[in-house]
Amino acid sequence: MSQRQILQVLEQYQKSRQQFANTVSELAARPQNIEILQSAGVMSLLRPLLLDVVPSIQQTAALALGRLADHSDDLAEAVVKGDILPQLVYSLASQNRFYKKAAAFVLRAVAKHSPELAQTVVDCGGVDALVLSLEEFDPGVKEAAAWGLGHIARHNAQLAQVVVDAGAVPLLVMCIQEPELALKRIAVSVLSDISKHTPELAQSVVDTGAIAHLAQMILNPDAKLKRQVFSALSQISKHSTSLAEMVFEAKIFPAALTSLRDPDEYVRKNVTTLLREVVKHTPELSQVIVNSGGLTAVVDYLGDCHGSLRLPGIMMLGYVAVHNESLAMAVIITKGLPQLAVCLSEETEDHIKSATVWAIGQIGRHTPEHAKAVATANLLPKLLELYMDAKSSEDLQAKSKKALKNILQKCTYQPGLESLLYDAPSNILKHVLCQFSKLLRHDSKARRLFVTSGGLKKVQEIEAEPGSELQEYINTINSCYPEEIVRYYSPGYSDALLERLENYQPA
Amino acid sequence: MSTLLKIRAKIDDVKEEYFHRNRLAEESRQRENQAATLIQSWFRSCKVRAYLSHLHKKATIMQKIWRGFAARARLRQMVKAAYFIMKMNFYEEMAVRIQRRWRGFYVRKYIHSYYARKRYLEGLVKKNEQVRLELDEVEELQRRQRERLAVDRAQTAKLYQAQKLHYLLSTQQCPGVFNSPFRPAPHEMELLLRQAKPKPSIRCSPRDRTRLLGQPGAPGFFPPGTPRSPWIKSTKPCCSSRPLLPPIHSKKPQGPFKEPREVWEQRWSRPNPSLRLQNSYTDLDETQKQLRQYEATRLFIDKPFLPFAKAQQINTKYERLLHASTSFPPLAYGRKSFREEDAHQHQEEPFKTVFTTCNVFDKLGRLYSKAGNIV
Repeated sequence: MSQRQILQVLEQYQKSRQQFANTVSELAARPQNIEILQSAGVMSLLRPLLLDVVPSIQQTAALALGRLADHSDDLAEAVVKGDILPQLVYSLASQNRFYKKAAAFVLRAVAKHSPELAQTVVDCGGVDALVLSLEEFDPGVKEAAAWGLGHIARHNAQLAQVVVDAGAVPLLVMCIQEPELALKRIAVSVLSDISKHTPELAQSVVDTGAIAHLAQMILNPDAKLKRQVFSALSQISKHSTSLAEMVFEAKIFPAALTSLRDPDEYVRKNVTTLLREVVKHTPELSQVIVNSGGLTAVVDYLGDCHGSLRLPGIMMLGYVAVHNESLAMAVIITKGLPQLAVCLSEETEDHIKSATVWAIGQIGRHTPEHAKAVATANLLPKLLELYMDAKSSEDLQAKSKKALKNILQKCTYQPGLESLLYDAPSNILKHVLCQFSKLLRHDSKARRLFVTSGGLKKVQEIEAEPGSELQEYINTINSCYPEEIVRYYSPGYSDALLERLENYQPA
Repeated sequence: MSTLLKIRAKIDDVKEEYFHRNRLAEESRQRENQAATLIQSWFRSCKVRAYLSHLHKKATIMQKIWRGFAARARLRQMVKAAYFIMKMNFYEEMAVRIQRRWRGFYVRKYIHSYYARKRYLEGLVKKNEQVRLELDEVEELQRRQRERLAVDRAQTAKLYQAQKLHYLLSTQQCPGVFNSPFRPAPHEMELLLRQAKPKPSIRCSPRDRTRLLGQPGAPGFFPPGTPRSPWIKSTKPCCSSRPLLPPIHSKKPQGPFKEPREVWEQRWSRPNPSLRLQNSYTDLDETQKQLRQYEATRLFIDKPFLPFAKAQQINTKYERLLHASTSFPPLAYGRKSFREEDAHQHQEEPFKTVFTTCNVFDKLGRLYSKAGNIV
């Protein structure tokens, strides 16, 4: 045996290991192969390859493991049970950048499935290792590490706190300033995931000066980056007034509105979400946004999107109208109500409908003028219909009832009220009649109109329990009219007349 | 005397009378006494009553006067208070009237101003329209930009395709696939192909360039891969077609220029450094190091053998004791030698703490004596 022959054997062995790792990682890229791979026991074969002497085999094996773990949580659990994580974490600190990337990919794939799996990654020191590799020079490694941190932080507040405690946030903010787009995107999305849980976490993100860097990127041409940036800003501002004001002070506002016309629909959605989160805190913030034309942009946005994309826009209109009557009036004059009516008729899902109903209720509850605007948009019968519909969910019914009640307590618009007289149940009718009883006592034209439109006749037909509120209102209405008219319109009056005719004896 | 006698005669009578009267008196004394007491009591009571009634009358008068005075004072006070209250009520009413007017005016003008609200809402509508227009403009701009980018990208893709398919260009003899003779006009690809330059097959990697400059070789020797001047007539075909072809000027360049061939050779000629430049300035060190390494690999015994005379050089720091148990005795410092021993080394230039104020004093004793006489 010559030296060449001996070496050839070793070379062949190495080549075939490499080939095996490559093939498995390629096979694992397709979801349909994974079950077969799993049943063939590929896990136990890949594990020794992670300790291989050749770095490229290690990398490929890690890549294959990551793809397997990415596919389902069972496989991720198998990776955890195989005690592969400590080894990966150890090698994250020591190996070259390609291996680091692959190892971070495996950690990410494991952590992505559930909080428990993410906790196992945390327990074996994965977070510290990932934070260390955020300091790496190579953008690919940073990207993989940031992605892993994001998958850990997104599950719950404790895990996000662990990520923050490991000192990831300043490094992520540094990553935002890198020129690579992919790295920026992922770092911003991680910041968004961290700050979404609690005000403290959001504050820790803000304390590193992330808002200024995020605000610089809102006019970036890259749509995916913009999505993440707006999502991060909205997640930060959703917690408290002071955070919302800090976001507002970054001077993003007139500029952010241009993104409401972005071709990418998720960018538009996230901008609207940001507007919603800022607006909901104080009347002053909403006033400033209304004055800068945010309302009309949102109303236009509601016109050209569908489904769940509409939800933040609808809620934004509602939150603006909540604060005070002039803001609610602003929503009305920017033609928010017709747009909400369109949403109400086009959308099929109950939660969107209930948000719309809530927004309408908030708009109409301030003054008679607001209520009249709601009534002239022909929304009251629709609300009633939603309330009466047996198919609508409990939440939707409760919201429609509350909205109807709030609007009716302010409404003095007669045609709108009369449309509810005919098919409303007694608990709604109560409010309608209450409004009529107040209205008719002072307005002679209204009294006349009420009779000619058949409202009085309808009132006489209502069967109310004696002593109830409804009966009181009916009595009040009746007392506004002469007795003959009331009797004329009460049911069975013709029979009574005929009876009188029969009993009448001419003298 | 008679009288005396008479009187003496009468003494008994008198005595009797006296007793009689005493008896009578004694008998009626109690009654009289009582009566007297009665009369006295009656009288005294009358007197006291009269006095008391007199006092009462006087007290009534005093009380009457005092009460009248106090009541009048109180009344006066009450009237004053009532007047004050009335006045205050009036003033307050007036103040309320003024405040009502003022507040109404103020609130209507500045806080819930109908006109301001109307103006605000109108302004909002205008602003909304404006924002909508601006947003439309921005959207249009962005759309146009995107379209332009897409067109550019498509154009470059087409050009790239044309470069790759350049061999399909029709020649004079044979029409290409895009230039069908059965069609009235050639395909647009044909036009592109005519415009496009053929795609160079191999690019010179940066590694080649470094190799060009870093390898020793005779000047004027062209290693493989070096581009040849187009003016150098070569029998061999040029091995690589670099994209860095010099521009071909149809016109002859003006001026006293060198021949292009000369320039070209100069451009690609290897630098011809002197011997000193050719060698690295760490050459000596490197050579020594290399030599040392070379020797070290061949060294059989690590510890060099030194003759006994030079044994001191091996370990100058620690002098080994012949009989001591430890191999590292303390240093000789402090027992045999001190740093202060060669302190004169440090005292060569003592530190000057005082400046000479004037150059003149330096010349004392040389230019002039103490007495001021010039030497």
